[in-house]
Amino acid sequence: MTPAAIVLGLSYLVAAVLFILCLRGLSGPQTARRGLFLGEVGMLVAVIATLLHREIVTYEWIIAGLLIGSTIGVAISATIPMTKMPERIALSHSFGGLATGLVGVAEFMREGEHLPSFKLAALGFETFLGLLTFTGSIMAFGKLQGVITGAPVTWKGQNVMNITLFFGSLAAIGVVVMHPEMKAVFFGIGAVGLALGVMAVLPIGGADMPVVISLLNSYAGLAACATGFALGSQILIISGALDGSSGLLLSLLMSKAMNRSFANVLFGAFGTSLEPGAATPQLAKAYNEATVEDAGAVLKASQSVIFVPGYGMAVSQAQHAVRDLAAALERRGVDVKHAIHPVAGRMPGHMNVLLAEANVPYDKLFDLDDINDDFARTDAVIIVGANDVVNPAAKTDPKSPIYGMPVFNVEQSRSVIVLKRSMNPGFSGVENELFFSPNTMMVLGDAKKTLLAMIAELKEGH
Amino acid sequence: MSGEWIFNLYIFVLATFVGYQVISRVPPLLHTPLMSGTNAISGISLVASLIAAGSDHRLSQILGCIAVTCATINVVGGFLITDRMLRMFRRKPEPAKGEKALQEGKS
Repeated sequence: MTPAAIVLGLSYLVAAVLFILCLRGLSGPQTARRGLFLGEVGMLVAVIATLLHREIVTYEWIIAGLLIGSTIGVAISATIPMTKMPERIALSHSFGGLATGLVGVAEFMREGEHLPSFKLAALGFETFLGLLTFTGSIMAFGKLQGVITGAPVTWKGQNVMNITLFFGSLAAIGVVVMHPEMKAVFFGIGAVGLALGVMAVLPIGGADMPVVISLLNSYAGLAACATGFALGSQILIISGALDGSSGLLLSLLMSKAMNRSFANVLFGAFGTSLEPGAATPQLAKAYNEATVEDAGAVLKASQSVIFVPGYGMAVSQAQHAVRDLAAALERRGVDVKHAIHPVAGRMPGHMNVLLAEANVPYDKLFDLDDINDDFARTDAVIIVGANDVVNPAAKTDPKSPIYGMPVFNVEQSRSVIVLKRSMNPGFSGVENELFFSPNTMMVLGDAKKTLLAMIAELKEGH
Repeated sequence: MSGEWIFNLYIFVLATFVGYQVISRVPPLLHTPLMSGTNAISGISLVASLIAAGSDHRLSQILGCIAVTCATINVVGGFLITDRMLRMFRRKPEPAKGEKALQEGKS
């Protein structure tokens, strides 16, 4: 081993340790920023060590890429609003996927025929997974943005076709390993990866996005791992494994929070709606439509209030109004908490970030298990654009598609105030009995406007 | 030669265990920063992109350059935005100027 190689290897080791410490820092809000800083140092060490690598002979392309990438990266991170965080994460998974996919193709074109079998196999996986993550994440981004319909798109034989394509790609990787001179087969693997990314995400509904985004996160990590195997680079294997296990863990947590298996999310096309039930006229049922004044009167008589935010809060950008109403209530001596469901919103932790942005202290945010017993002792619950996570059918109706999903016991509180745009069923198309219950008040309209009106109402009559 | 991939497989499996252990201690509160932070870390594919872009093979240089751009967006953007998010998590509300102004404006 040359001294240069030893320095390179040790630098990568330092970077790997720093990455692990970075993730360990994220175990609490107090240590998180220091942890992240260690991660940044680790990345800097790894990049500088690589730039001094002897395999690098030209720097023009590198400098161009670094400059363009940094400019775009800084621009995106400085301007993007927190409500668009799921979109940004989806987009960055697609960049990560594209980078690994292209590196795979480049490596194959450069050295393909001289590589040993296991490296060829790794290259095949890298290209396949990278490009699949690329198009899959673009699709997820499109669904989140509303460019592509958020509803599941399904057709007959869809799953069979996807599975066939997947195993076909595995077989093709086998062919490439035996005949690396057949470049067309290698490109075929890449093309199938691109196609499969589109087809795998099309049938998945908007409400399942937290699982999909986590899963794509884990694919991006695995693609980086495959790169590590192909290049014999341990730092890539370690970082990819960290990313992969994080994505896997999050997708398991999200699936569990919906009481659904992985397979069900991926192949179930949940929320296809238009099953009997979705078509039943809702007008037939009576619900209490309430005004802001009615809601204000309930709040004035309350000693304890719990907010339950959902995706609707993100859509109407109501997090600051939630904070202001909570503050107004607290000034009246009311005990205020926020109940955060693991799958509320479109990505893990979505609601926490929005409320943190609105300057809500994090010790007011409670997880499902920590708060669910409190509802019975609570005077009023304000539901801000949440639906499935407060649907009692998940506990009572075995026929409901969301049966078994852990939900908030909001119906146990004295009164429930629901802020909702209209009486249409939510994203999943599942009807919610809670909205028709006698102690529920429906305040229809834009959540942010309603919240602001409620604040004014509280200030008026003391 | 065959020893190398076994060795790398060991590293992969052990790193996955470490990752799983460390990440299972991250509270749901920080799941979005976790995802965006691991996304920045997986921008380590920048290292591989640099080697591709810095080679003497024309196609590899071009593909590598695009890959360097993409990976850099993730590294730079990922760390910056994660930090921006983490700065927002506070235990106590700041003596919010916005809130006071709002109060005065309303009353």
